[in-house]
Amino acid sequence: MNLWIIMILIGLLTFLTRLSFIALLERINLPAIFQRALRLVPIAVLSAIIAPELGLRNNALFLSLENPRLLAGIFATVVAYFTKNVVWTIVAGMAAFWILQSLR
Amino acid sequence: MQKTSSQQFFLGVKDELPILVGVIPFGMIYGVLALSAGLNPFDAQAMSAVIFAGSAQFMSAQLIKVGTPALVIILTGFAINLRHALYSATLAPYVRHLPLRWKALLAYLLTDEAFAVTVLNYQREGITPQSHWYFFGSGLALWTSWQISTAVGIFLGTQVPESWGLDFTLPLTFIALVVPALKDRAGIVTAAVASLAALAFFSFPYKLGLIASALVAVAIGLWVETRQ
Repeated sequence: MNLWIIMILIGLLTFLTRLSFIALLERINLPAIFQRALRLVPIAVLSAIIAPELGLRNNALFLSLENPRLLAGIFATVVAYFTKNVVWTIVAGMAAFWILQSLR
Repeated sequence: MQKTSSQQFFLGVKDELPILVGVIPFGMIYGVLALSAGLNPFDAQAMSAVIFAGSAQFMSAQLIKVGTPALVIILTGFAINLRHALYSATLAPYVRHLPLRWKALLAYLLTDEAFAVTVLNYQREGITPQSHWYFFGSGLALWTSWQISTAVGIFLGTQVPESWGLDFTLPLTFIALVVPALKDRAGIVTAAVASLAALAFFSFPYKLGLIASALVAVAIGLWVETRQ
């Protein structure tokens, strides 16, 4: 019962957060600087999700050549830059990750 | 020629497919983890439909397992999902002409992964009469795979060895999405600042480091853009 209250409230708050600006914007005219900021938002958020996935292990910084996720991630970034292709980036990144892991 | 609604829908599904490679193992891991946290299979599956946000679900299952007070779990889930307000604000101008039932449906489907492909599509193509079907297609593709992969995780349990590290496909997918979007100095600075800040702020409670990093990065990115 308690679990369902938690679930429904988080679900509802999440839905309302997702709906917030989509529902309200009819009545709000966003200033130009806000609109320019929004182009940078996906770049900022996705980068901020990626970096800890590569540079942390067990909640501690792990910036070292011993870190296969970091090296494979950098390699995938180079592949993404040249191919601009999602599938190639994943394949190259996973291959690098597996090879680096097997070398340790 | 304008694309029809079904063309837009399937284009959205198609563009979401590479991301699903990263999401499916994530959903399976959630299914396994939820059971190990003591949820029964029905509740574990229900959470994927009711909350429908991976990191909040992982966090909730974990906090329930260690007996965290309900209010703390709810506030944590809310804080983790605050980033969706940024997505909502970003996509709002593109869906403002739609009736409320469409807005509610698209808002329910507005995840990190659906946002990632949808915002790029809108930035490329602009608004066309059927472009919300692209949004719907990518969102529904993700929703369906999330529900199925949760179920597979619940029922197959620990069949996929953790040593494969398939969860690593998730950051790889995000790399593939961000890198081609870095077309000017402001974008590159934003990505660099966000990455460094996220590493510096990782110990902030409730994943607030993510929001703080994004805000700092956007502010500095704007400053760079203004100076140019």
